[in-house]
Amino acid sequence: MFAFSSFCRKTVLSVLIAGTALGSGLSAAQADSTLTIATVNNGDMIIMRQLSKEFEKTHPTIHLNWVTLEENILRQRVTTDVATGAGQFDIMTIGNYEVPIWAKQKWLAEIAPTAAYDVNDILPAVRSGLTYQDKLYALPFYAESVMTYYRKDLFEKAGLKMPESPTYDQIRQFADKITDKSNQVYGICLRGKPGWGENMAFVTSMVNSFGGQWFGNGWKPMLDSAAWKAAINWYVSALKADGPPGATSNGFNENLALFASGHCGIWIDSTVAGGLLFDPKQSQVADKVGFAASPKGAYGKGPTWLWSWNLAIPASSKHTEDAQTFVTWATSKEYVQLVAREKGWVAVPAGTRQSTYDNPDYQKAAPFAAFVKNAIANSDPNGQTAEPRPYTGAQFVSIPQFQAIGTQVGQTIAAALSGQMTVDQALSASQASTTRTMRQASYLR
Amino acid sequence: MDATTMTTAPPPVRAGSTSGRKSGILLLSPAVVLLLVWSIVPLLLTLWYSFRNYNLVDPTMHGFAGFSNYWYLLTDPDFLEALRNTALLVVGVLVISVGGGTLLAVLYDQEFFGRGIARVLVISPFFVMPTVSALLWKNLMLHPIYGVYAWMMRSVGLTPIDWLQRFPMATVMMIVAWEWLPFAVLILLTAVQSLDTEQREAALLDGAGPVARFRHIILPHLSRAITVVVMIETIYLLTIFAEIMVTTAGGPGVASTNLAYMIYARALLQFDVGGASAGGVIAIVIANIVAMFLVRAVARNLEA
Amino acid sequence: MAVKRSRGASIAIGSLGWIIALWIFFPLFWMFLTGFKSEVDAIATPPHLFFRPTLVSYAEVFERANYWHFALNTVLISVGATFVAILLSIPAAYAMAFLPGKRTKGTLLWMLSTRMLPPVGVLVPIYLIARDTHLLDTVVGLAIVDMLTNLPITVWMLYTFFREVPLPILEAGRMDGANRWQEITVVLLPLAVPGIASTALLSMILCWNEAFWSLNLTSSQAAPLTAFIASFSSPEGLFFGKLSAASTLAVAPILIFGWFSQKQLVRGLTFGAVK
Repeated sequence: MFAFSSFCRKTVLSVLIAGTALGSGLSAAQADSTLTIATVNNGDMIIMRQLSKEFEKTHPTIHLNWVTLEENILRQRVTTDVATGAGQFDIMTIGNYEVPIWAKQKWLAEIAPTAAYDVNDILPAVRSGLTYQDKLYALPFYAESVMTYYRKDLFEKAGLKMPESPTYDQIRQFADKITDKSNQVYGICLRGKPGWGENMAFVTSMVNSFGGQWFGNGWKPMLDSAAWKAAINWYVSALKADGPPGATSNGFNENLALFASGHCGIWIDSTVAGGLLFDPKQSQVADKVGFAASPKGAYGKGPTWLWSWNLAIPASSKHTEDAQTFVTWATSKEYVQLVAREKGWVAVPAGTRQSTYDNPDYQKAAPFAAFVKNAIANSDPNGQTAEPRPYTGAQFVSIPQFQAIGTQVGQTIAAALSGQMTVDQALSASQASTTRTMRQASYLR
Repeated sequence: MDATTMTTAPPPVRAGSTSGRKSGILLLSPAVVLLLVWSIVPLLLTLWYSFRNYNLVDPTMHGFAGFSNYWYLLTDPDFLEALRNTALLVVGVLVISVGGGTLLAVLYDQEFFGRGIARVLVISPFFVMPTVSALLWKNLMLHPIYGVYAWMMRSVGLTPIDWLQRFPMATVMMIVAWEWLPFAVLILLTAVQSLDTEQREAALLDGAGPVARFRHIILPHLSRAITVVVMIETIYLLTIFAEIMVTTAGGPGVASTNLAYMIYARALLQFDVGGASAGGVIAIVIANIVAMFLVRAVARNLEA
Repeated sequence: MAVKRSRGASIAIGSLGWIIALWIFFPLFWMFLTGFKSEVDAIATPPHLFFRPTLVSYAEVFERANYWHFALNTVLISVGATFVAILLSIPAAYAMAFLPGKRTKGTLLWMLSTRMLPPVGVLVPIYLIARDTHLLDTVVGLAIVDMLTNLPITVWMLYTFFREVPLPILEAGRMDGANRWQEITVVLLPLAVPGIASTALLSMILCWNEAFWSLNLTSSQAAPLTAFIASFSSPEGLFFGKLSAASTLAVAPILIFGWFSQKQLVRGLTFGAVK
C-alpha cells in the first residue's frame, strides 16, 4: 500500500509540475511568441504544416503550435472559442461562410497586408467573399468551385462523349449506361453524407440550377417549390439507380476515395479534387480522368459554388501582428513557389492567385487549371436565383442560422436518399423545420 | 430526490452513534462538496440559459426567452424519436450484454485449451476508446464496398448490405454492444467463478442437468453481478454520443438520433445554447427518474 | 472444476469458446493488420489477408502528429484524475459503509445521477468557467473534469468493497485504541487493497477513453490521444491505412495495460460488489 501511494504521490507531483511547466513555458515565451494555429486535416493544410519549418527558420522569434482536426470538430472548436472570446487560438482556418458573419460580430482582426503581398493578385470572386465593409478579414489558402469528373475509358467503351457543358438529364443517361454493378463500377457518385457543408453544398448548387432557392421575398422558405422537387427527385433516383451503396455516408473524402480507386464513372464535386485525381501517387485512374463543367438544370443559371478555406486571426489573439506575419506568408506567392519546389506544381494550393494560373509550369502540371479559374470566376455567389432572393452565397446561405438549417435539411434529404421517406415527405418536413428555425430566429413573424 | 424513498432500512449493526454520524459527514464532505459544486453550478447556469435566447453564432439574438426554448424542443417532432431511440439503445444494449454476457461467462468458465488467452481476447474491446471502435466498424468492417463484412457477403454470392443506411439504430446498437459486452463478461465471469465448487458438486450429485443447474444455481447467484452491470452500463448508455457522431451523425433523418446526440447537435452544430440547455434540463430530469428506479433495484439486490 | 465431460463435449466447448473469442477480437486484429498496409492495399477489394507489410502509414502518422506528446498527456490526465478520485472516495465510501445515516442512500443515488446527463448539456457553462479560471487546455483542468466525472463511480465501487469488510475486525481495531485515521489506514485499507486497485484500474480505463471533454476543453498543450485520433478520422484521399495505424497507436497502451492488469481487476471485483 505504501509503495502504491508513494507512486501516486509522485505522479500527482509530476502532473502538477508538468502543469506549471506548461504555464511558465508560455509566459517565458512572451519575448518570442508562440502562435496556436487551428487547421483542418486536408491535404493542402498538411503540406502547409510540413513547410512551416521554413517559416520558423526565417522567423526565429515566432514558434508555431499546430492543432489539426477533422472539419466538423474543427468548426465546433473554433466557433466556441471565438464566440466566447476564450483566445485559445491565434490563427483559425475558416470558410468564406464564416468570414463575413464573424467580421460583423467583430470577432476577427482586420488584415492589412503589405504592398509586396499584392492583394490584387487574389482572384476577385474569392477576395470579395472575405471582405466586410471594404476591409479584409481573412486571406485565402485555397479556393474551389464545382466541376464534373468522369472516366474517359468508361465513356469510350460505352461509345459516349461528354459535352463541355452537360445537362443533368444527359448526366443521368450517361450514368445509366456506364453503371456495371457486378464489377463495382457505379455510374454516378454524389455527396450523400448529411451536413450543410457536405450534401447540402452539392444540393444547393444543383437546386439553384434547377431554378429553386432557399428563401424568397420576406425570408419565406421555398423548399416545397417545384424546382426543389425536380432537383431532389433527380438526385435520389440517380443515386438509387446508379450510385454506390452507402451513399448516405459518402462525403467529399469518401467519394474521392471511391473515384480514385476506380469505383465511380461520374462525380460532380469540388474542383480541388482535380489536383488529387490527376496525381498518380494518390489515384489509380490518374490517366483516365476527364472533366467538364458542372451540369445545368432546367433554369441553367444562378450561383454555382464558391468555397475557400482561409486563414483568419481572432480578435481575442494576443499576437495579432505575428499572426498576420504567418498568415501573409502562408498565402503569399512565395509560398506557392515553395510548394512547387518541394512537392511539385500539381500540389500547389489552387484557386486563389492569378499569378499561379499565369504560370506556364502550373498550366502544364494541371490540365484543368484554366477550367477551374473560369468556374471560380463564374460562381457568382452574389448573383440572382430564378426568383429574387434576400440572401447571398452560392452553395450556402450567408446567415448564421444556415448551419442549423442546412444540418437539419441535410439529414432529411439523406433520409429520402436512404428510402425512409419519399422526396415529397422529405421536402415538406424540411419546409416545416426551416420555417420553425426562421421563426425562432425572428426572421419570420 | 426524496431520501425516504431510498431507505431500505440500513443494516442495524452498522448504525452509528451521534459522534459517528458527525465524523461520517466530515469524511463524506470533500467528495460531496466537490460533486455538489460540479453539478449545481453548471446546472444553475444551464437552467438560466434555458430561459434565454442564446445563440453562439448570432449574438444579435439575446434577452429573456420565456419558455420558448422548451416549447420549440418539446414540439419538435424529432424529440419523441430521440427519446424512443435513447430507450431503445439503453435497453437493447443491456439485453445483449447481460444476456450474451451471462452465456459467455458460463462458457468461459469451462475448462478448455487456451482458455486464458480466449478470455483476454473477448474482453479486449472494452479497453478501446469509443471513437476508435466506431471508426473501425464503420470503415474497416461495415463499409459496403471495402469492408470485411461486405466481402464475406459477396464471396457467398449475396449483395452486401449497407448496414448504417438500412439499419442505422440496430447497427449503432451492435457497435455499442461490442464495446460493453466484454465488460459484462468480465464482471459476470468473476461472479460465476466465485460460486463455490461445493455448491456445484452438491447440485451435480442431486442429478441436476446443465439447464437446471444454470437456472437454479448460477442465475440466482449472478443477480447481484447483473445489477452491477446494469447500473454501470446504464450510466454510460444514457449519454452515448461519440459512436453516433462518428458512424451516422444521427441519421439518416433522425433514425439514430438519441437525446444526447440531439443536444449535441443543438449545441455544437447549430450553436443554439438556449435550446441545448433546455434539452440538458430535460435530460437531467430523465436521468433522475432513471436513477431513482435503478438505485432502488440495486439497493434491494445489494441488501438481500 | 470437478464436472466430468466427454471428450467430444470438451472439444465442442473449446472450439465454440475460441470461435466467439476470435470473432469478437477480429476487428482489432484487422485494424492492426491494416496499419501495416499501403493505402492502396488497405482498400483493395477483396481485402488482402497476405500483403507486403510496410511502415509507410506509421511513418506518415508520426510525421503529422507528435504522438508522444498526446500519449504523455493522456497518461498524466488518467493517472492524476484516478489518484485524486480514489483519494476523495476512500473517506466518502468509508463514511457510507460504516457510519450510514438517513441520507446515505439518497446521497449515493444523487452522486450516480450526476453521471447520467449528457455532458454536452453543460458544455457552455463549463467552458466559460474553464476559460475564466485559465484551466482551458491544461492537463490540470482536464484531470479535474475527468476526476469529477468518475468520482461517483469510484465512490460507489469502494462503498461496495468496504461493505464486505466484516465489522468485528474494525471494532477489534477500535478496542485496541485505534482512532478513526488509524482505523482507516491501518485496518481497513490493507484489507481493501484489491478492491481499491480494481477501482483504480477501471477509472484509468474510463479516463483514457473519455472523448467529449478532452476534445472540447483542450487544444494543443494538453490534448490527449482522443484529440490525436480526431485529426485522422477522415482526411482527404485514401486514409484507411493511416487511420488504422493511428488507432493502433492510440489504443495499444491501454489495451496492453488492460491485458496485464485483467487478473487484478477480476480479483478486486471478486472481493466486492459481484461476489
